[in-house]
Amino acid sequence: MRAGARAMLHRLRQDPRARWAGLALIVVALTVLPFALEASVGRTWVRIIDLALLYTMLALGLNIVVGFAGLLDLGYIAFYAVGAYAYALLASPHFGVHLPWWLLLPMGAVLAAFFGVVLGAPTLRLRGDYLAIVTLGFGEIIRIFLNNLNAPINITNGPQGVNLIDPITIEGMSFAKTNTLLGISFPGTHLHYYLFVLLAMLVMFVCIRLQDSRIGRAWVAIREDEIAAQAMGINTRNIKLLAFAMGATFGGVAGGLFSSLQGFVSPESFVVWESITVLCMVVLGGMGHVAGVVLGALMLATLPELLRHTAAPLQQQLLGKVILDPESLRMLLFGLALILVMLLRPAGLWPSPTRRRELTSARAPGTL
Amino acid sequence: MAIFLQQILNGLVLGSVYALVALGYTMVYGILGLINFAHGEVVMVGALVSLSVIELLLGANLGIPAPLVGVMALVIAIGVCMTLGFSIERVAYRPLRRAPRLAPLITAIGVSILLQTVAMLIWGRRYHTVPALIPPTPHTFAGATITNVQILIILVSALIMAGLMGLVHFTRLGRAMRATAENPVVAGLMGVNINRIISATFVIGSALAAVAGVLVSSNYGIAHYYMGFVLGLKAFTAAVLGGIGNLPGAMLGGLLLGLIESLGAGYVGDLTGGFLGSHYQDVFAFLVLITVLVFRPTGLLGERVSERA
Repeated sequence: MRAGARAMLHRLRQDPRARWAGLALIVVALTVLPFALEASVGRTWVRIIDLALLYTMLALGLNIVVGFAGLLDLGYIAFYAVGAYAYALLASPHFGVHLPWWLLLPMGAVLAAFFGVVLGAPTLRLRGDYLAIVTLGFGEIIRIFLNNLNAPINITNGPQGVNLIDPITIEGMSFAKTNTLLGISFPGTHLHYYLFVLLAMLVMFVCIRLQDSRIGRAWVAIREDEIAAQAMGINTRNIKLLAFAMGATFGGVAGGLFSSLQGFVSPESFVVWESITVLCMVVLGGMGHVAGVVLGALMLATLPELLRHTAAPLQQQLLGKVILDPESLRMLLFGLALILVMLLRPAGLWPSPTRRRELTSARAPGTL
Repeated sequence: MAIFLQQILNGLVLGSVYALVALGYTMVYGILGLINFAHGEVVMVGALVSLSVIELLLGANLGIPAPLVGVMALVIAIGVCMTLGFSIERVAYRPLRRAPRLAPLITAIGVSILLQTVAMLIWGRRYHTVPALIPPTPHTFAGATITNVQILIILVSALIMAGLMGLVHFTRLGRAMRATAENPVVAGLMGVNINRIISATFVIGSALAAVAGVLVSSNYGIAHYYMGFVLGLKAFTAAVLGGIGNLPGAMLGGLLLGLIESLGAGYVGDLTGGFLGSHYQDVFAFLVLITVLVFRPTGLLGERVSERA
C-alpha cells in the first residue's frame, strides 16, 4: 500500500504536467496567503510573515557560512545591522539624504559583503570555536559602535536609533500606504509580503544553484576536511572569504528591507541573541539543507508569535486566570523546543539526505 | 599613578571572577570539545540562590554571625549548582555525544534560555540588592583603595585555582580527567569510567561557577536573572584568549581580560583623544582578543592543534 503510494508520487514527480500544476498551486497559494491571513486572523499576521521572510533570508545567508562552509559564525546579525543602517542613514531625514531603494539595497549588499571580507580575512587561520568567539566579538563591536557613534560627531544617532526611514516606493506607489491596483486594495504589509516572497525565493534559488556548483562543492570540501580540500587544489582562502561575503550579502539585503519595513532602526535589534536565534533556525531546520533551513526559519519566527497570541486566552479559559505571562511562556517553550528537537533529531528537523547518510555511518575513531 | 594602580586592582578583582568562570568553560571544552553555553546561567543561579539563603537566614533572626551566614549561603549555592551542572550534562549533552558538533551547542542555548526564564519566574525581573555581610571597609595603599570584599575575592579565587590545579595534577580523578581530555576512547579502554569523569568535570565546573556567582554579586551588591549571560560571554572570551582547553590558560586569560577591561575603560578616552569613551571597553576587550588570535590562533597558552574538527 505504502509502496504503491510512493510509486505514484514518484510518477507524479516525473510528469512535467504535474510539476507545472504543483508550481501553479504554490504560486496561487502564496498570492492569496496575505488576504487569507488578514481575513482570518488579522493584519498583524501578515506583518509577522513579512518578518519571518526576512529571517528566512538571514537564515539562508548564515547557512552558506555555517551549513555549507562549516564556519561557525556567532555574529552574523552584524551584517543585517550594516545593511539596515546603510539603508536607514541614506534614506531618512537624519542626514537629509534620500536615495532610492533600488540603489540602496545593492549598496547595502556590497557594503555587507565588504564587512564580511573584513571579518573573514583575519580569521582565516582560526577554526571552530575560536572562530565562533571572534565572530561574536565582531558582532558586538559593530553593535557597540552603532550604539555610541552619536558623539562627538552624530553618525548613528546612538541608542535612539534612526527614525522616519523612507519606505520602498515603486512607480509612485509607497509601500507604507494602502494602494489600489486593478481595483484591489493592497495594504503596505501585503506589498512588502510580495516583495519579500520574491526576494526570498531568489535567495533560495541562488542557494540551491550554489550548492551543487563548483563553489558549493568547494565549501563542503572545506567543511569536511580543510587540508584535504587544499590538497585537491581548492584555494581555501578565497573560497572561505567568498562564503563570508556571500552570507553577508544576503544579510545586508535583508537588513535594508528590515529598515524600510519598520521605518525605524536602533541598535536594540542587533544584539547577540538575534545572531543566536538565526543560528538556531539553521541548525534546527537542518544545516546545509536549503529547504530545511527555510522550514526552521519560518517555524522559529512564527511559533513564538503564535504562542504570544494564544497562550494568555487559553490559560484564561482553562484555568480561569493567567498564570504564566505569554512572554515567559514563550521563552520557556522556546528553550524546551530547542532541547527536545535536538535530542530527538540531532541533525535537524529536515536534514539533507547526504548529511543523514553520513550520520548513520560510523564515526571516526578518537571522537566521542 | 594612583589611578593606574586603582585600575590594576579593579582589573585583578574582575579578572579573578572571570578566571573562575572561564575554568568551567575550559574544563568542559578540554574534555568534550563543547562550548557549554549554559555555564553563565549556572553562575547566575549560584548568585541568586545564595542571595535567597542570606535573606532567609537574616530575616529569620537566628543570631547567626554574618560571616557564617555567608559561608552557609556559599555552601548551599555550591550544592545547588553542582546538582544543576550534573543534570544539565545528563539531560542536554550526554544523549548528544555522537551527534553533529553543533547539536549540543543548540541544546546548550536551549538550557540557557530555560534557566534564565525559570530564574525570572522565581526571582522576578527586578535587580536584587545583596546585603553586605562583611563591612566593605576600604583599605588605602599607595593612593588606591581596595575593600575587604575585593581582597576576599582575590584570595578565594587564588586558593580555589591552586586547589583545582592540585586536583588535576596530583589526584587519581585528575589523572583520569587529563587522560579523558587526551583521548576519551583510549582512556575508556584503560579502565577510566568516562561518564563519571565527564559528570565530575561538570560538577566541579559548576561549583566554581557558584563561587564566582556569590563573589561577583557580593562585590557589586547586585544580582538579577540576566547577569549570567554577559558574564558567561566574557568568561568564554577569557578562556579562548588563554587557549581553550588549557587550565592555566583560562586563569591567565581571565586575569588579562579583567585588566584589559578596566585599563581600557580608564584609558581609552585618553588614548583616542576623547573620541571613544569608556562605553567602548568591550570593544577594547574584543579587539585585543582578535589581535591575539590572529597571531596565535590557538590562544596564548593553547598548544593543542586546532585540526580536531
